[in-house]
Amino acid sequence: MTWVNVVVQGVLLGGVYALLACGLSLMYGVMRIINLAHGDLAVVGAYLVTVVLDHVGVSPFVAFLAVLPVMLAIGYVLQRTILERSLRAGILTPILATFGLSIAIQNILLRQFSPDVKSLGGNAGALTTASWRITGQLSISAIGALTLAVAVAVVAGLHVFLHRTRFGSMMRATAQDVDSAELVGIDSRSMYAWATALAVAIAALGGLFLGIRSTFDPTAGPTQLIFAFEAVVIGGLGSLWGTLAGGIVLGVSQTTGAQINPQYSILAGNLVFLVVIATRRGGLLGSRDGTQ
Amino acid sequence: MSLLAVDSVDAGYGLLQAVRGVSLALAEGETVALVGANGAGKTTLLRTIAGAHQAAAGTVSLAGRDVTRVSAHRRVALGIALVPEGRRLFPGLTVEENLRMGAATRRAGRWDLDSVLAAFPMLAPLRKRRAANLSGGEQQATAIGRALMSNPIVLLLDEVSLGLSPIAVEAVYESLRTVVREGTTALLVEQDLDRALGFADRVVCMLEGRVVLEDRAEPAAREKITAAYFGLSAAGAGGGAA
Repeated sequence: MTWVNVVVQGVLLGGVYALLACGLSLMYGVMRIINLAHGDLAVVGAYLVTVVLDHVGVSPFVAFLAVLPVMLAIGYVLQRTILERSLRAGILTPILATFGLSIAIQNILLRQFSPDVKSLGGNAGALTTASWRITGQLSISAIGALTLAVAVAVVAGLHVFLHRTRFGSMMRATAQDVDSAELVGIDSRSMYAWATALAVAIAALGGLFLGIRSTFDPTAGPTQLIFAFEAVVIGGLGSLWGTLAGGIVLGVSQTTGAQINPQYSILAGNLVFLVVIATRRGGLLGSRDGTQ
Repeated sequence: MSLLAVDSVDAGYGLLQAVRGVSLALAEGETVALVGANGAGKTTLLRTIAGAHQAAAGTVSLAGRDVTRVSAHRRVALGIALVPEGRRLFPGLTVEENLRMGAATRRAGRWDLDSVLAAFPMLAPLRKRRAANLSGGEQQATAIGRALMSNPIVLLLDEVSLGLSPIAVEAVYESLRTVVREGTTALLVEQDLDRALGFADRVVCMLEGRVVLEDRAEPAAREKITAAYFGLSAAGAGGGAA
């Protein structure tokens, strides 16, 4: 029964990683940009929620509705200014640009919000402590289940958006051949900007759940980036369903490692990541066109 | 007034100047074939007209409007569509999705999914197939259909028959004839001189980035064009030499 519990908790934990990772996956899939500031943007989302909560006494989820358009705008502007320019210099330049952005964001957060550790858990009410007891040794936390459900919904929603809507098809077409996209009349720069806007908004959603389930501080981003990056690579670069699977594999690896010895949690996740890289270069569900 | 006017256009890649002072005019409903050896600048000229490549000098205008500084996707909205060399379909999208992408600008006109499928009957049974899994001829038909979906005023076609089997070339041209009969103005690059002479109203020959000959597409012009193609006789190259 212990091991069932380990796996279940790992799957729930995987929900957070998947949520943090799918924006990373989307940006890589559409633009081949590896956004090293992704984790920091998630943390920015969490801090913006605290700003709203300082003014109005609502649930963090309601506060997030106000943060969402801000994050979309940040993503859109980020692409149209920094990323679009750096992309012109080749695919390696955006990596450097986002690395710099990551440092800048951390320092701005440090200045603005102090290095104190924060959490949104206290504002989320009973949700953070509620759980369903399945058996004596197995219980599922409400927030864990909600995170996973939201992660699945986001991946499914992105899939439907990319495959069933006209705008989504245009985004996939741009991902596959940007030159041809321009030649059929698609404004590729606008497509890129919307892809980044979506990715940043989803990162902020990941930040929201991170903040409710756990704690964050101005320098929490890079750690989240590593987990998100591992989830993306385990699942297969650019594959959204793969990213969900990768997040879950990473979560289960960490809880399994922790069960053996609490010190092995992160290590086990990293080892699984390395094994996947060494044995399956395309990840578990690598895709051909980048946005499956 | 000509529908498409290219005036003294220079275009190149870094130090390499691929198009040198080219001027060209297409009247409404006219079909012009662009011929010339590899490296003559035909593809660069087409891409410059479509906006996929920036002109270093000169102007491109459509129906009297200067579009030289207009981006490629906006030119599609204005009515210029290019079928690029090598087809360049979206490989992960189905034939139908590829065609629908052609309608990204929502330009109104006679072409829609149904009329394109009617003009290219070979595509009808392939609608749900991914573009990556098509034969060369099917890809070319999809690429032309995709361009038509934007209801262009001017259709630019690069290397229509390159890499296709003779049967596929015949099928593609058969459909193209239907398209041109509808009154679409077309500028096409075609390596097969007989094909070009048989299809176009006028032939323009390029050599080393310049237009060296413009002539009516008549069998009698064949020898003159061949000479201009290889740059054999400067005397034979009259007409629109820049």
